[in-house]
Amino acid sequence: MDNNQSTSAPKIKVEKVYKVFGKEPQRGVKMLEEGLGKDEIMKKSRLAVGVNDASFEVCKGELLVIMGLSGSGKSTLLRCINRLIEPTAGKVLIDGTDVTALSDEELRRMRMKKFGMVFQRFALLPHRTVLQNTEFGLEIQGMASAKRREKALQALKLVGLEGWEDSHPEQLSGGMQQRVGLARALAVDPDILFMDEAFSALDPLIRREMQDELLALQARVQKTILFITHDLDEALKLGDRIVIMKDGAIVQIGTPEDILTMPESRYVERFVEDVNLAKVLTAKTVMHKASTVVFPKDGPKTALHKMKETGISNILVVDREQRLIGRVTADDALRVSKTGEKTLENIILKDVPTVEADTIINELFAEQDFPIAVTDEQNHLKGIIIRGSLLGALAEGGSK
Amino acid sequence: MTFAVPRIPIGRTIEQAIDFLTLNFAFITRGISHAVETGIDALVAGMMFFPPWILILVFAGLSWWLAGRRAAIFSLLGFALIWNLGLWGPTISTLALVVIATLIAVAAGLPIGILAAIFPGVNRVTMPILDFMQTMPAFVYLIPAIPFFGLGPVSAIFSTVIFAMPPAIRLTCLGIQQVPKDLMEAADSFGANRRQKLFKLQIPLAMPTIMAGINQTIMLSLSMVVIAAMIGAKGLGGEVWKAIQRFEPGNGFEAGIGVVILAMALDRVTQKLGVRKKA
Repeated sequence: MDNNQSTSAPKIKVEKVYKVFGKEPQRGVKMLEEGLGKDEIMKKSRLAVGVNDASFEVCKGELLVIMGLSGSGKSTLLRCINRLIEPTAGKVLIDGTDVTALSDEELRRMRMKKFGMVFQRFALLPHRTVLQNTEFGLEIQGMASAKRREKALQALKLVGLEGWEDSHPEQLSGGMQQRVGLARALAVDPDILFMDEAFSALDPLIRREMQDELLALQARVQKTILFITHDLDEALKLGDRIVIMKDGAIVQIGTPEDILTMPESRYVERFVEDVNLAKVLTAKTVMHKASTVVFPKDGPKTALHKMKETGISNILVVDREQRLIGRVTADDALRVSKTGEKTLENIILKDVPTVEADTIINELFAEQDFPIAVTDEQNHLKGIIIRGSLLGALAEGGSK
Repeated sequence: MTFAVPRIPIGRTIEQAIDFLTLNFAFITRGISHAVETGIDALVAGMMFFPPWILILVFAGLSWWLAGRRAAIFSLLGFALIWNLGLWGPTISTLALVVIATLIAVAAGLPIGILAAIFPGVNRVTMPILDFMQTMPAFVYLIPAIPFFGLGPVSAIFSTVIFAMPPAIRLTCLGIQQVPKDLMEAADSFGANRRQKLFKLQIPLAMPTIMAGINQTIMLSLSMVVIAAMIGAKGLGGEVWKAIQRFEPGNGFEAGIGVVILAMALDRVTQKLGVRKKA
């Protein structure tokens, strides 16, 4: 999936946010600023540090994962952003508005209009049907019942729960309940989706399925998503970028590649060690079947259609014997389709990076351009590696 | 051995307070008394207007609808027995007292319970008062009721309400406090205000517990209404009281059985009411 990180102002900007629990929490902030550790502060003042000096930005359309073990402050940090927990110090800017300065009423309006949240334990209302649960946020907004029903049905369709409208949550499996949770959040069409360990309560198989669906869904709806998890595999698979937390502080922010290849501290390194199957896995294990290819004689419209269908911006060109010729970009195809060219022959680029099937994945990270073509000695196209599948494979390999 | 500490005049203070209230506010309490008495009379007259067998069928039908077939059969046979024993009139007046006392207790108890659940301050004040109301021997309430409301059914209802209201308050409060935190958080995350949380989340989820409280209130009302016969409430309690004074164990037991039947019928119906909401 492509990163739509725009260069404009960030959607969410978290500036030096602290959360200290206890009496007179400001004392704790001061001690943190003086460089005292979490345990020392606890001993000295009975104050519990939740979040320690967190700063980061999230772009529009980005899926940012906040990862850490339990007690690392990740859920607290998330709740500081929509102020379900009041931050002790610092600022949270959303579209330039300082959330921490809003009055209760303004905050309610913002939550109503901009935020959707999905919870670890689903938090569905047991006395309501699936449809009524999905309508909840819209009902809070005061939307007329016919309209909110329509929107809720759309949201249920989006998460694949058509036909379950009149069931009650307890009749549904965990995975389906969380789909309702997701639909409830999506129904209000929020700018920002907060997902607090949304898949942690699901069994591994369902979990992986939900992750895939979230990615597919995100490709379509392009929300700004803050996703909390304690699971590195999940973080690597889902995140455009990952924020790693320890003891309430952020220890590293980076893309999954950064985290895997350049862990900045021993802590992150230890995390990553277990996943470093990159040194073991080969290109063959992570490649996809190259089912989506075009031939030089194909028209630009065909190429565009295939790219659109699979959601890629580059498509590989092969000859009748499946030998790799090059690639065509969506931009070029679009350009020549307007000038009326009948074939792709003139816009084929030859710069496709290729590797052999037994190349170790670790070496693939050096490649900046995706997709990578996997070929044999005779230049036959065997498969294709895209960024998502590379990281996905790493993540899944790690959980085996 | 004697202590020099003077006796603390709790009793005298209370008597003075009651005297003061009676003297200055009796016109209000007497007014209330009159209104409530009219209500009771109207309810009793309304129910006595129909021949007993129609009401028995209505009760059985209601039981069927609310609590199922077994409860319906019980109501049918039970009330038929009461009719047969010639206790129909007293049973109806007892039922009227219970209904009115319960309505008042619930109407006052639910809001207090909700406030106590939401505001810790209200909770801190309410709970000790409830302890007091529940543990004070029920007979004691009968005494001040008389100067306020005079002898008769209204005094009975007054003391019954005081005695029967605590479970309604307590269980309403408990039910609302027991609403899971994560559900409240979810409601908050969608921007729900206090009223929306209360009506869309807390009260519906607390309903089974609230119904259990109402059930308790009804049961306590019934037991108190019998005791209140001593200050002139009529009905089955009055029959029991008469039987005691005249030493008629047979009549006493018959009236007692009437109370048991009424209690069981009301209990079955209201118990199922709470469970039904859940499913």
